[in-house]
Amino acid sequence: MPNRGFLLMLPAFAMLALVFLAPLAWFFTQTLVLDNDLSTLWSKIVAVVSSRATLQAIGATNWISLLVTVTVLLLGYPIAYYLANRRGLRFTLVVFCIVVPYFTSVIVRTYSWMVLLGRTGLINQLLLGTGIIDAPLPLIYNKTGIVIGMTYVLLPYMVLTLFAAMKSIDRNLLLAARGMGAGGAMIFWRVYLPLSLHGVISGALIVFILSIGFFITPALMGGPSDVMVAMLIERSVEITLDWPAAAVMSLLLLAVTLVLYAIYYRVTDVRRLMGAA
Amino acid sequence: MVGREPHEGERDLEQVGSAISTGAVGLDGLCKSYGEERVVDSIRAAIRPGEFFSLLGPSGSGKTTTLMMIAGFVEPDAGTIRVDDIDITHLPPQRRGLGMVFQNYAIFPHLNVFENVAFPLRARRVPEAELRRRVQEALALVRLDRFATRYARQLSGGQQQRVAIARAIVFHPSIVLMDEPLGALDKNLRYEMQVEIKEIQQRLGMTVIYVTHDQEEAMNMSDRMAIMNGGRIEQMGPPGEIYDRPANAFVGRFLGEANLIEGTIEQVGDGEATLRTRDGRTLRARLERGATVGQPAALFVRPEKLAFGDDREGNSLHGTVRRRSFLGSMTRTVIDAGSATQVTVDLPNIGDGGGPALGAPVTVNWPAAHSLILLD
Repeated sequence: MPNRGFLLMLPAFAMLALVFLAPLAWFFTQTLVLDNDLSTLWSKIVAVVSSRATLQAIGATNWISLLVTVTVLLLGYPIAYYLANRRGLRFTLVVFCIVVPYFTSVIVRTYSWMVLLGRTGLINQLLLGTGIIDAPLPLIYNKTGIVIGMTYVLLPYMVLTLFAAMKSIDRNLLLAARGMGAGGAMIFWRVYLPLSLHGVISGALIVFILSIGFFITPALMGGPSDVMVAMLIERSVEITLDWPAAAVMSLLLLAVTLVLYAIYYRVTDVRRLMGAA
Repeated sequence: MVGREPHEGERDLEQVGSAISTGAVGLDGLCKSYGEERVVDSIRAAIRPGEFFSLLGPSGSGKTTTLMMIAGFVEPDAGTIRVDDIDITHLPPQRRGLGMVFQNYAIFPHLNVFENVAFPLRARRVPEAELRRRVQEALALVRLDRFATRYARQLSGGQQQRVAIARAIVFHPSIVLMDEPLGALDKNLRYEMQVEIKEIQQRLGMTVIYVTHDQEEAMNMSDRMAIMNGGRIEQMGPPGEIYDRPANAFVGRFLGEANLIEGTIEQVGDGEATLRTRDGRTLRARLERGATVGQPAALFVRPEKLAFGDDREGNSLHGTVRRRSFLGSMTRTVIDAGSATQVTVDLPNIGDGGGPALGAPVTVNWPAAHSLILLD
């Protein structure tokens, strides 16, 4: 045998095939292929994709994912920068704060936000009590709530990706830039940011990919009009029992995710070509 | 874009260490400790305009820390650094206006050669046309004109080194600091680059402060050098002087092969002394400092100053050949000359077979004026 290393991967592959690929294939053949010939299948796809509900869901999904990605990036970049330049207790403490929520279930975290953000939640009570506002702010059951909740869940992915990128920046380059007369702003815009850019792109793609498939947070923290694609799929399966529509939308989501993942893969590959220095 | 906003202190940037200054650097009582450890201890040196000055020493001797203090990356605990008469001790690095070549080149991987070299000029807001002219000029000087659009990863080690040099000189600093710039290159290329750096330094008339642990490199390039050990300067002067007249055994040994024959002072004369070795022989050598009879001392003589044969005038030792090493341009012969005395003789390879064979009884001699009494 030339190479038996693949045997180590076999259990994982078997698992993946059994619980992911097989059900997916079964679902798609059952719902789309068996009952339809090619032309009715095509018209069905067109009908689902061009329906008002789907278009709205796609629009909402893209918009929310974009908002979340930008928010996560703006929050995550300074945190990652802080971490990349600290050691010892402060480093450990911040990493702890960022990573620990990872180990808590998304549902628990989402319910915690509901306690904080509700009309009579802690934040509104605090703001009302101190007289900063007169009426409670609508922080939940709308896009604000979704973005807050998703940002919180996805922040660690961005921070850790950016941290890895920033850690790989050769500190000598920053010293060299200073030695050559560059001030803080020039060093950031001309050296630090370009050198961490692959991290920004990777992090943004990861967060966006995860965002477009989000279900629990938008379902619990969004308003009636904030229907994302994953929620629409769930409704088609559970409520309207329109499985073919669910299958078409799932395929669409899967295709978009794979395309974005391909881009992500390219970006990380380019990084390796750059020697990560 | 934020990068275009002028930042604080920008007007001062061109003044210190730029072409306006003569390039004299004064270090006065520089000290730096990390925790308990004194890394740099009271360094004092006056580096002259246009001088090629090396800080030479083993690793951990404080030479790089000293350079980093001059560059402004390390804050000294005590002492002052001056460029001409301006105290720059507490000036941030970006306002010192010094050129700097880093150990591993520190070439920006995301910028091409042109933009790397243009970086110091962009930091100084040099107009585009002027910038292009100056970058081309610097690239031509290091013979990289054809590589302007390449990236660091597409260049050889020697070419990357040239980019680093072009970048350090492009804004015409009168002082350039170099931190082991040739450490990563192989031996032949290193020698070529030494010659090239020296030529550029002389052509531009700039002061170079050069850190290295390679003695040959320092001797080849320096007008003067400072031998550092344990955070202190052991000796400072032109290479020839330090090589022939080391201040102590450390310097003698560090700057090449050295014979150090230990004993006690037997007699002190005018600029000369006699040393009695542990196994009872007497040898004469120059004495440059005061010494007292009976004081422990060592006789220092370079292996290439020794010759085989007897000489009534100078010093001579009898012994047997213990080891012979053929080193290409010379043969190194180690001779046992008594129970506590071993001497090394280097003979140039002039096609005569390189001296006596292993185990042969021999006599070596050298003129007293070529040896020196070191008191440690």
